[in-house]
Amino acid sequence: MTIRWTRLHICLALIAVCAFLLLGWACRIYAQGGEPRYFAITNARIVPVSGPPIESGTVVIAKGLIQAVGSNVAIPPEAWVIDGKGLTVYPGFIDAGTDLGLAKPEGTDEAAARARGRQPAAPPPPAEISIGREDRPATTPWRVAADEIKIDDKRIESWRNAGFTTTLTSPDTGFFPGQGSVIDLAGDRSGEMVVKPAATLPISFKPRASFFLFPGSLMGSIAYVRQVFDDASWYSEAQPVYDANPSKFERPAYDRTQETIHHTRERDELVLLPANTSIQILRALRLADEWKIRAALLGGQEGYALAEAIAAKKTPVLVNLKWPERAKDSDPEQEQPLRELRFRDRAPSTPAALAKAGVKFGFYSGGLEEPKEIFKSMRKAIDAGLAPDAALRAFTLDAADILGVSGRLGSIQPGKIANLVIADGDLWNEKTKVRHVFVDGRWFEVHEPPPEEKPEEKKPERTAGSGSGIGGGGL
Amino acid sequence: MKRSIFSLMLLATMCAGPASAQNSSATIIQNATVLTITHGTIEHGSILIQNGKIAAVGADLKVPEGATVIDASGQFVMPGIIDCHSHIAVDGSVNEGAPAVSSMVNIGDVLNPEDVNIYRDLAGGVTAANILHGSANPIGGQTIVIKLRWGKPANELPFEGAPPGIKFALGENPKHSNFGPPPGVAPRYPATRMGVEEVIRQAFTEAREYKKHWDDYNQRKAAGEQPLMPPRRDEKLEPLVEVLEGKRYVHAHCYRADEILMLLGVAKEFGFKVRTFQHVLEGYKIAGEIAASGAGASTFSDWWAYKMEAYDAIPYNAALMAERGVIVSVNSDSAEEARHLNQEAAKSIKFGGLSPNDALKLITLNPAIQLGIENRAGSIDVGKDADLVIYNHDPLSVYAVVQKTLIDGQVYFDRQRDLARRSELEKEKQALLEKEKKAAEAEKKPEEKPAKKPEPKKKPPKTMGEGDGSRDAAGAQ
Repeated sequence: MTIRWTRLHICLALIAVCAFLLLGWACRIYAQGGEPRYFAITNARIVPVSGPPIESGTVVIAKGLIQAVGSNVAIPPEAWVIDGKGLTVYPGFIDAGTDLGLAKPEGTDEAAARARGRQPAAPPPPAEISIGREDRPATTPWRVAADEIKIDDKRIESWRNAGFTTTLTSPDTGFFPGQGSVIDLAGDRSGEMVVKPAATLPISFKPRASFFLFPGSLMGSIAYVRQVFDDASWYSEAQPVYDANPSKFERPAYDRTQETIHHTRERDELVLLPANTSIQILRALRLADEWKIRAALLGGQEGYALAEAIAAKKTPVLVNLKWPERAKDSDPEQEQPLRELRFRDRAPSTPAALAKAGVKFGFYSGGLEEPKEIFKSMRKAIDAGLAPDAALRAFTLDAADILGVSGRLGSIQPGKIANLVIADGDLWNEKTKVRHVFVDGRWFEVHEPPPEEKPEEKKPERTAGSGSGIGGGGL
Repeated sequence: MKRSIFSLMLLATMCAGPASAQNSSATIIQNATVLTITHGTIEHGSILIQNGKIAAVGADLKVPEGATVIDASGQFVMPGIIDCHSHIAVDGSVNEGAPAVSSMVNIGDVLNPEDVNIYRDLAGGVTAANILHGSANPIGGQTIVIKLRWGKPANELPFEGAPPGIKFALGENPKHSNFGPPPGVAPRYPATRMGVEEVIRQAFTEAREYKKHWDDYNQRKAAGEQPLMPPRRDEKLEPLVEVLEGKRYVHAHCYRADEILMLLGVAKEFGFKVRTFQHVLEGYKIAGEIAASGAGASTFSDWWAYKMEAYDAIPYNAALMAERGVIVSVNSDSAEEARHLNQEAAKSIKFGGLSPNDALKLITLNPAIQLGIENRAGSIDVGKDADLVIYNHDPLSVYAVVQKTLIDGQVYFDRQRDLARRSELEKEKQALLEKEKKAAEAEKKPEEKPAKKPEPKKKPPKTMGEGDGSRDAAGAQ
């Protein structure tokens, strides 16, 4: 039997195809919020960070990338135009240290403590034990944050609305908790968010909270990490010998930890060493030399006293913006040691001191729970002498550079990822509001929070051109 | 009362660091009673210090031009005290308690130069200390000798050239006699003195194998043999290899005579030396054996009976061991006791009849010998480091109070300077507290305002505690 294509058949087929296409298109619109891929922000003040500000210019975004920047730029006909009059465009901000997007392990004391809104006393490391010479405790360097990103983390939106387009998201429990990833804060699937999956190798020296478990002391943790690096070095040397001569030697045991560390070293991956106080900073600098690792200091809050020493080692610092403060529930009668008082007073002057000494540094939220607190902390650093320009660099290009993504992020230049924050003024100003955020060229309009305080401002003026109403809640 | 003194001391320490005495320029201490330890007492003597070293000692020294003069009329100068058993200046726990052998950990990794006990011990005349790991394991962590250079960073604390050490421990502590794991956690091996011995024996057997393995590898490598599988590095065994090679000193915590003899036996078998027995409260029973082994003994003056194995102790221990030829020191094992080691040493004059000079040796020259630093410290001799302490009385008197402590010729503690700076530091502290308070108030205000607006209709703001705005209003009424 032959199949004969009648006119009816053809019609039906065409209808089916059309319906299919239409449906597909509709789904696409639905899935992506009907997002356009071309934008032009016109008449705006542009702060590219990589160069001097442009008082009135245009940024053109095409398919997720910045296509053109300047005062005299052709606008592609397909672009959605956002009138940037009165607005300032900055590169998207980078929070260079957070667990944004990572779910806390459920059922742990830490999760419970967070649920109660308290700081956990001592989070227990995961019970997971990696195979290896000593059945290594709390050592999972092969975990990569990018694999575990949950897009439903509410903080993603609140961070983005505040102007953060990118984070360094890292697992944080254990001696080798896993590798940190550079994440862009928008995407329908977590994979779309990842900029650099294996960006950093964080290390913790926090001992296990028991006298009866190794390592149960700070010196034990350091010795433990030292042995892991020894094992990785041995692997680097021994494995090729075995591979070349499998008939001559006993097979070395498989060990995921030493193999992973070996590869991170081959990639020259940045190792993050916790170093907040001067003792920790000097110790970390010494250990980085001893272990021959490319390190960045995490914390750095007593860096005001050691900026020169850090500069001499050319070690970058990720500064924790959660400045030390007297515990809210502390006994008012309790003796306050002068050393502590000085530390609390001077910690915010660290960024200024680092900038002066020529140390490259970025900022991270370090457990601050609201993005507005991050800006408040940053203003404290500016009050303590940090130039606003330097603060901006720390949040953008310098952070990107430290994390090894400055070729793609951190400034407003053609070819870079279209991560932008558009505000109605100077971002250092407390009153400034973020109006639009672009992440990977996706447009997010930032709406005023629900009008509880100021009902008269219920109707915010629409500054966006024809694009209003789309894109705001793209996730 | 005592607490407030402590807090003042703490305050006093803050912007510490040595006095501005330049390292290069000379310092001279004059008109002092100089207790040299090695060559008697010099009345109205002087000590010339150049480049941190003792350049001259004598009754009539010329004052070089530009030298800083310290007038010590009526005062006593002796070598800085060396504490052979201390746990100060450690960041974190001094015990890595879980493994029976914790030789992979190193006190040198966690020196804490900001520990105020450094300053307090300086104020007691201590200039160097043997910083030991705790006694939770038959073989404990690596140890380090430091100078109490208060104000310097961690990497400037170690006593240059002092041989590294390792802590061993025998008896009740390593076998966990007096404490145990929480319910559900298995007790750790060893639980007996036999087990302690076995753990040490096992560790050195492994270390011997490890050394053999590496020696063999290095030999083959040097001979150009290929291919070669490299051995692994083992952070636990490497310090033990150093012990076998005589490059690392063993400081063994111990009490009973039998366990001391046990360790001497194991050491002989494996061919290593015990450098010091620490505590060694029953040392007087086997002083001859200890002396014959070449080990030193570092003991307490009269501290005992705090646990079973510390009952058979006598205050004559130091003197009796010294009489039999053991190099004996008296240590503190306590940041507090380290502040009056001079008095601890003096007790051996009463108990055992040591001469005053031999009593002072217990805290100066003898611990220097035990720690392998006697060429640089422990007596007032030309060429040694100018680590000195100046007392207002004979240091063996209970009335003796430290006036100045010098390390490398620099004044690290000065009683008068300390007293003078207290008010200044207190002022700074109050100013910072005030600043903090004001900042906290300023932060509160903006949050108060919106909440306050609907409030007035309800009731007048008479109650306190609504924030500062309302408090101001109440004050105005």
